Amino acid sequence: MTAAFFLFLLFGGIAVVSALTVVLHPHPVYCALALVVTLFQVAILFLLLEAHLLAFLQVVIYAGAIMVLFLFVIMLLNLPREAEVTRPAWRATVLGVGGLLGVELVMLFARSHPAPAAGALVGGFGSVNALSRELFSRYAFSFEVTSVLLLVAVIGAVVLAKRRID
Amino acid sequence: MLVDVLIVTVKALAVLLIVLNLSALLLWVERKGSALIQNRIGANRASIFGRMPINLGIVNTLMADPLKMFTKEDFVPEGADRFLHAAAPFLALFPVLVTFAAIPFGDELRIGDRVISLQVADLNVGLLYVLAMVSLGVYGVVLAGWASNNRWALLGGIRGSAQMISYELAMGLSLASVVMTFGSLDLQAMVRSQGQSLGTWSGLSFLGVLPAWGIFLQPIAFVIVFTSGIAESKRIPFDLPESESELVSGYFTEYSGGKQAVFMLTDFAEIVLVSGIVTTLFFGGWQFPFLGREGFTFPGGFGVSLPNVVVALLQVMAFLGKVSFLCWLQILIRWTLPRFRYDQLMRLGWKGLVPLALVNVVVTAFVIVLAR
Repeated sequence: MTAAFFLFLLFGGIAVVSALTVVLHPHPVYCALALVVTLFQVAILFLLLEAHLLAFLQVVIYAGAIMVLFLFVIMLLNLPREAEVTRPAWRATVLGVGGLLGVELVMLFARSHPAPAAGALVGGFGSVNALSRELFSRYAFSFEVTSVLLLVAVIGAVVLAKRRID
Repeated sequence: MLVDVLIVTVKALAVLLIVLNLSALLLWVERKGSALIQNRIGANRASIFGRMPINLGIVNTLMADPLKMFTKEDFVPEGADRFLHAAAPFLALFPVLVTFAAIPFGDELRIGDRVISLQVADLNVGLLYVLAMVSLGVYGVVLAGWASNNRWALLGGIRGSAQMISYELAMGLSLASVVMTFGSLDLQAMVRSQGQSLGTWSGLSFLGVLPAWGIFLQPIAFVIVFTSGIAESKRIPFDLPESESELVSGYFTEYSGGKQAVFMLTDFAEIVLVSGIVTTLFFGGWQFPFLGREGFTFPGGFGVSLPNVVVALLQVMAFLGKVSFLCWLQILIRWTLPRFRYDQLMRLGWKGLVPLALVNVVVTAFVIVLAR
């Protein structure tokens, strides 16, 4: 029982609770805000795993930019509170399938990803230098291809929006 | 262990109190400064029971303004989301205040054999931390606009979020070129490397004794960061989210009393924050001219050695002096320029600053590779 473990329990717990809020809260604005909290907690978990760059990028990009756009759209549409799901059979099916998939996930991780031994981190793990070296040497191709993919998505969005305006 | 916790607590409290006091002081500077620029007298009515023999303007105004605001009615409009309406001012203020944790305000203080770094949180990715926290500031604005159940407020909130995201992009890109120049994301390391003379830094001796400050190495990045910093703090000429001639008061139209005071405090704390970031990256942070760790060394070859405490004190004073100057500069800009139109604001951000920042990154990369 180390301090890091307690911190993991604390922030992991908040992450789980806020993730459940995302799904269960009837109001879309609160759902979006709960997702921000979840992303923030996951960033803190990254910090506990010494992945500093990943943690701050998660906050900058997901919590600071993408979720703001989500919130922006929800507010512009002025979505009302969601009506309660009335059919209990429907709810039971959703919960059942979700639970089954959850159990499968846990079993999969338990089997194929044994916890790495303590102290197995290579020097400079998670630092900006180490991460960028990997990104631009071993994973250079996938990195560049991903950027092209994003560019394609941007062009697609512009084309779609422009057709509406013309 | 206990001593370490105590030291960190004292550092955090000191920084917090300095920032809050500077913000409150800026309220008075803004009121009197605007009066000076517009040829008025400005705040001169605050006096204790009207009987104060001398006009202690600054003291009275500093006490009177917050007292007035916190004793006013705290009104929540009908149909507003009460929880988010109350949370929004604090969501706006919190990220601004925690960002100061990464900004170094001095080198190091030696007491006995204990070395205290004059920075609350010594992060090796300090600049990313600053960016992350600054990017969270937008939630206060958006939620204030939405939770008020008011069309003006909603428009202000939407304008605010679009503006802050747009200018964050330009800021992030130009910070990338600064990072390339210093080769580090650690703010303390950046300030240390700004301590050399520009001549030794670049190997060009004719540049002589000029310090290797960021503003000489990355002048374009300085302009972009400072401009987008002012845009992020939503002040004239970028105060479209608030613009009282169109939107009443924008995102805080429906705020009164203490919550309104927190929004005002956020405004001034953001001025201090922008000054702090710009000082750290472009004006040598806590560097005092010719002051090294052991004392002054002047170019003529002679020097004065000083005890560590005096050196640390001089550095903190230098940092505060630079920050105060930039705060004053921002207030001067705010009362000099008219407000942009919204399309002009977006054009400046997306067609002016972002491409300029991109070109700056490419040029910086070429220069670094060629100079190697």
